[in-house]
Amino acid sequence: MSSPVFPSLWRPLWRHNYLPRGVLQLPESTVLELKNITKSYFGVTVLKGINLSVKPGEIHAIVGENGAGKSTLMNLIFGMPVIHETGGFEGDILMDGQPVKISSPRQAMELGIGMVHQEFMLIPGFTITENIKLNREITKPNLASKVLGSGLETLDFPAMRKDSRQALEKLGLAIDESTFVSRLPVGYMQFVEIAREIDKKNARLIVFDEPTAVLAESEADQLIAAMKRLAEQGIAILFITHRLDEVMACSDTISILRDGELVKTLTRNETSVGEIAELMVGRKLERSPLPGRATEPSDEDLILELKDFRVEMPGERVRGLNLKVRRGEILGIGGLAGQGKVGIANGVMGLYPASGHVIKDGVELRLNDPKAALEAKMAFVSEDRRGVGLLLDESIAVNIVLTSIETQNKFLRWTILPGVRLLDQKAVHDYTLKIIKDLDIRCTGPNQPVRRLSGGNQQKVCLARAFSLHPEILWVSEPTRGIDIGAKQLVLDLLVQFNRKYGMTIIMTSSELNELRRICDRIALVYKGKVAGILKPDASDRDFGLMIAGKQLAKEVG
Amino acid sequence: MELKGRKIKSLFNFDHLKTFYEKFGLPRLIISCFLLGLFLLAFIMKMDLAILISNSLERIGMNGLLVLAMLPTLVTGVGLNFGLPLGFICGLVGGVISMEFNLTGFTGFFTAILCSLPLAALTGYLYAALLERVRGQEMMVGTYVGFAVVAGMCIFWLMAPFKNPAMIFAIGGKGLRTTLTLNEHYAKILNNFLAFKLFGVTIPTGLLLFFALFCWLAYLFLRTRTGMAMLATGANPMYATSSGINIRKMRYTSVILSNILAAIGALVYEQSYGFIQLYTAPLYMAFPAVAAALIGGATLKRATVGHIIIGTILFQTLLTIALPVTQTVLQGTDISEIARMIISNGMILYALTRNERG
Amino acid sequence: MTAPKITPQTLPDKTTEKTPQGSHLDRILGEMSVPIFFALLCFIGIIAADLSPRFLVNEIITRLARNSFLVLSLIIPVIAGLGLNFGIVIGAMSGQAALIIITHLGIGGLPGFLLAALISVPFSVTLGWLTGQVLNRAKGREMVTGYILGFFANGLYQLVFLVLVGTLIPMNNPKLMLSSGIGLRNTIDLIAVNRALDNALFNSVKLGAFKVPWATFLVIGLLCLFTSYFTKTKLGQQMRAVGQDMHIAEVSGINVNRTRLIAIIISTVLGAWGQLIYLQNIGTFNTYNSHEQVGMFSIAALLIGGASISKATIWNALLGVLLFHTLFVVSPLAGQRILGIPQVGEYFRSFLAYGIIAVSLALHAWQSRKKVESKDKG
Repeated sequence: MSSPVFPSLWRPLWRHNYLPRGVLQLPESTVLELKNITKSYFGVTVLKGINLSVKPGEIHAIVGENGAGKSTLMNLIFGMPVIHETGGFEGDILMDGQPVKISSPRQAMELGIGMVHQEFMLIPGFTITENIKLNREITKPNLASKVLGSGLETLDFPAMRKDSRQALEKLGLAIDESTFVSRLPVGYMQFVEIAREIDKKNARLIVFDEPTAVLAESEADQLIAAMKRLAEQGIAILFITHRLDEVMACSDTISILRDGELVKTLTRNETSVGEIAELMVGRKLERSPLPGRATEPSDEDLILELKDFRVEMPGERVRGLNLKVRRGEILGIGGLAGQGKVGIANGVMGLYPASGHVIKDGVELRLNDPKAALEAKMAFVSEDRRGVGLLLDESIAVNIVLTSIETQNKFLRWTILPGVRLLDQKAVHDYTLKIIKDLDIRCTGPNQPVRRLSGGNQQKVCLARAFSLHPEILWVSEPTRGIDIGAKQLVLDLLVQFNRKYGMTIIMTSSELNELRRICDRIALVYKGKVAGILKPDASDRDFGLMIAGKQLAKEVG
Repeated sequence: MELKGRKIKSLFNFDHLKTFYEKFGLPRLIISCFLLGLFLLAFIMKMDLAILISNSLERIGMNGLLVLAMLPTLVTGVGLNFGLPLGFICGLVGGVISMEFNLTGFTGFFTAILCSLPLAALTGYLYAALLERVRGQEMMVGTYVGFAVVAGMCIFWLMAPFKNPAMIFAIGGKGLRTTLTLNEHYAKILNNFLAFKLFGVTIPTGLLLFFALFCWLAYLFLRTRTGMAMLATGANPMYATSSGINIRKMRYTSVILSNILAAIGALVYEQSYGFIQLYTAPLYMAFPAVAAALIGGATLKRATVGHIIIGTILFQTLLTIALPVTQTVLQGTDISEIARMIISNGMILYALTRNERG
Repeated sequence: MTAPKITPQTLPDKTTEKTPQGSHLDRILGEMSVPIFFALLCFIGIIAADLSPRFLVNEIITRLARNSFLVLSLIIPVIAGLGLNFGIVIGAMSGQAALIIITHLGIGGLPGFLLAALISVPFSVTLGWLTGQVLNRAKGREMVTGYILGFFANGLYQLVFLVLVGTLIPMNNPKLMLSSGIGLRNTIDLIAVNRALDNALFNSVKLGAFKVPWATFLVIGLLCLFTSYFTKTKLGQQMRAVGQDMHIAEVSGINVNRTRLIAIIISTVLGAWGQLIYLQNIGTFNTYNSHEQVGMFSIAALLIGGASISKATIWNALLGVLLFHTLFVVSPLAGQRILGIPQVGEYFRSFLAYGIIAVSLALHAWQSRKKVESKDKG
């Protein structure tokens, strides 16, 4: 078992950190067992009949695409309020073979379940000790506390420090426990979080929610090493991640979630990165033929080129990306969350600080200036519909025309006052009526506030807003997120219609590979802020899976 | 108010009652009822309603522009302009300069406005630059900047090199007086312009027209490209940015506009009052204006010219008639000041603690 | 078979990069720049005013005793992240209500004073609880809300004592009330409790040539001890956590709203007692105005002592009272001497008080915005 299946894929660093853990000698008993868990939000089933068991000392990885149900599963195990506020779930959770009810994070903690959050839950102005012992302080009674209650008991700092020291040592972390967290490098903070979990005397199972997302590579290696130390001490670990090489480096068991179903549970030495990737992506593809064009787009005629493009978008950094866009095509941009695919459109459109080169029709675009991007005949439908895309309390009409007014002086009429132009309400009304009809926006009329519209119709308003600018390039991010299935198809059809009828070049970013494969000419997959490769929509699931995980392939297109 | 165009289908349709209630809002309902009650009381006590109404009209015109000064900053999401005293003082400086040259009548009034404009624009720019840096705490910083400026200007009034003997302290010959009478300059010049009497009610035509003119201009402005850009900035800064709007510029513009309106408002206020009040007088100027805007239905994120007009009318009428009515009813105890404090601050508290959606 | 031990050497050592040597002095100078500036101003003022040292020292002792308690009562809300408690005015009102009651009952001396302190507790706890409720609904804008709440409460206070007393609240005391039989007089004489605390202990012991209100200083000392003890208790730790990050505190199972509520209640009670100490020293009070400036002056003093919206210590409070009130004493005379106009000094004083609050608020907002921005980028 000590020989890795894909030796060439291993990063050198793993080699000296990875120590074979011998033949698996996990005990028969289980810490946690999930039986037939089903959960739905508002009629949409997000988890279907999940069965899962974790043994003491086992590192159990859970992998899956965005929206596969990983976070719902974790929220469920940790008793997050969001689960119960939305009607609870079906199925049983067992700990040590006994059914338990976890209805709050507090209860989860009492049962010995700890959670290491993706974002650090540490108070920067507190020392490591104070953070580890937050709200679990060791106190000594005194005169005042006897009269006025335990809240006034004095803190026993020496005892707290001793405990923290122990917890840090368990992790193998040699750092002064009275250091302020604000002075720690990011890599350490994660360890403090873990120390806090293991300091809870009854810690039996710790959930790591994408713990390496914010860490540098060397730091991630340290974390993996620490996880192994914990497992050796008999603590069970649930490890949620996107990074398949990390999964291969440390986990004993791997469960793959897809569309809310547990597709397969594998042991590490029985599988390969390729197989996991295939299982993550694979699903039936219904691809109906799209209408043809007079001339198919080609590399001869480029409309846009990104060179060494970088975007500082928190959580979605783009780091030196190169991409060529053909005139008239629908280009898909896919990839996992956090890899930077969302940052590209936001950077080009000037919404997040960007650097590098963007060349449209041979002219260099001025970066970090939304107006310049709009004037270069590009439009953007944001992934954050309610946050960026809409003025929720304004009317449909205002939402659709405002950008055109600001950038193209449309819908304004001259007045008797020299140089003063006012909103041409009649023109707006007529135009909005027409576009409502064209895009089939279901509403009571142009004056309805968009807050009252359904998600699908709100998305159509966003598309109408972008369409009204008559762009040459339309950037669309996550166009079908949060809208129901019927509306999804309509939105995709609309994009195809924009492309075929008006010749708009469309660059569509989406987490759903399936919809990219349905309407795109080519799909670029982004990994670590760069294009890992470009695939045809009919490439195999395995190719898509590997490329999403950042593996270079021999047979790419364009 | 926004219900005008709607047909009420059935008298017993509670949906409409509910939307009416939601749109009108509880505070406005309470205050309107309170106001109605006061009028009823006044009628029962056989008080001179004509005088009450005349005074109310005067107070409305007098304060209207100061309330309107809240509009630009509310629209762009900067919030309530608690720094109103800053603009107010710019107006006072203009007024004092015009007085120094002994200008009278409309010449005097408009010279005062002209003098105050560049000052208001400049200080408005600096104030805007400050507010931009303290986003999220604009209200508190604004309040104390206003206070500090008032206190600092007290030193200016004492030291400023004005020479007109009508303005400086009789004793010592240095420093401006606390109140400067405008009788020989432009006292009530707007109030008396085309003023007439109707059923015993004096209508201060000029004053009301002046207020109406500015409201109309504000209404038009919000329908220009810049006005729409401001609206978008306030409603959703990210939407605005993605529409190519320079939101920082919009915020600056709104603060400068607010400051200018406050300066003009100050002069309108003082001419109607008949005196220019210096030193600590402008200290609490912001509060009644803020309260009026909120009573009118404006929230920290959304305001229209209609809100401003309704708010000014409700709040000023209430203040004007509360004094004589309660004095008559309670035999001498003046609760108008107390009512002002409770209502205006209660209103501001309501706005601050209310959870706004979005 | 164990994984390698992690030591600071195996990770890039950023710890030392962030705290380069020698920055310690810079930091202290940075934190103390405000007090240093004001100390200089005081120094100039003292020289310009040319007061007799005896008068000056006497005046400062009196004012330290009079104001320190009020300023100290502001510290706990700062720790709990509620910023400067402009709602302290509400505490002051409760204290005054208690004083009105004991004056009406005619109980004087130290017993009267202690009774007032006792009576003020139910008022200030109730009002503090209400204040806390309001502030919990206005997270992120506690200060402006507390400030407006002060005005609002002032309106209610006036309604009670100017209109309701003698009408709805039966009371008959010609000495305290207006001739109409409705409402209290504008000033209330506190002869009965005048200096009741100041003179309670070692009345005859003088410090050199100066009379010292020993008992008052003892009480202030006790409050200092209490405050520093409190920050080391479990509740104090919870407040610090809430003050630093409400979200994390909540996730750790701390009841954030309740913790904030307790902080405000403590501050309000202390504010009431502070106002009692203040008024027993002055000996008379302005029924409708005495409390109005309390918040502003106390906050200005705290800030001048080097505190900020998110950080305040006992030393900030005491140093601030010293500097602010020295300035208070000397500035009118200094204005007179330097510019020939006494009012200049007075206006300059209020300009400083308002200005320091404006600058602190602005600096704090500015810095926290920069922090948020760099967090977004980092």
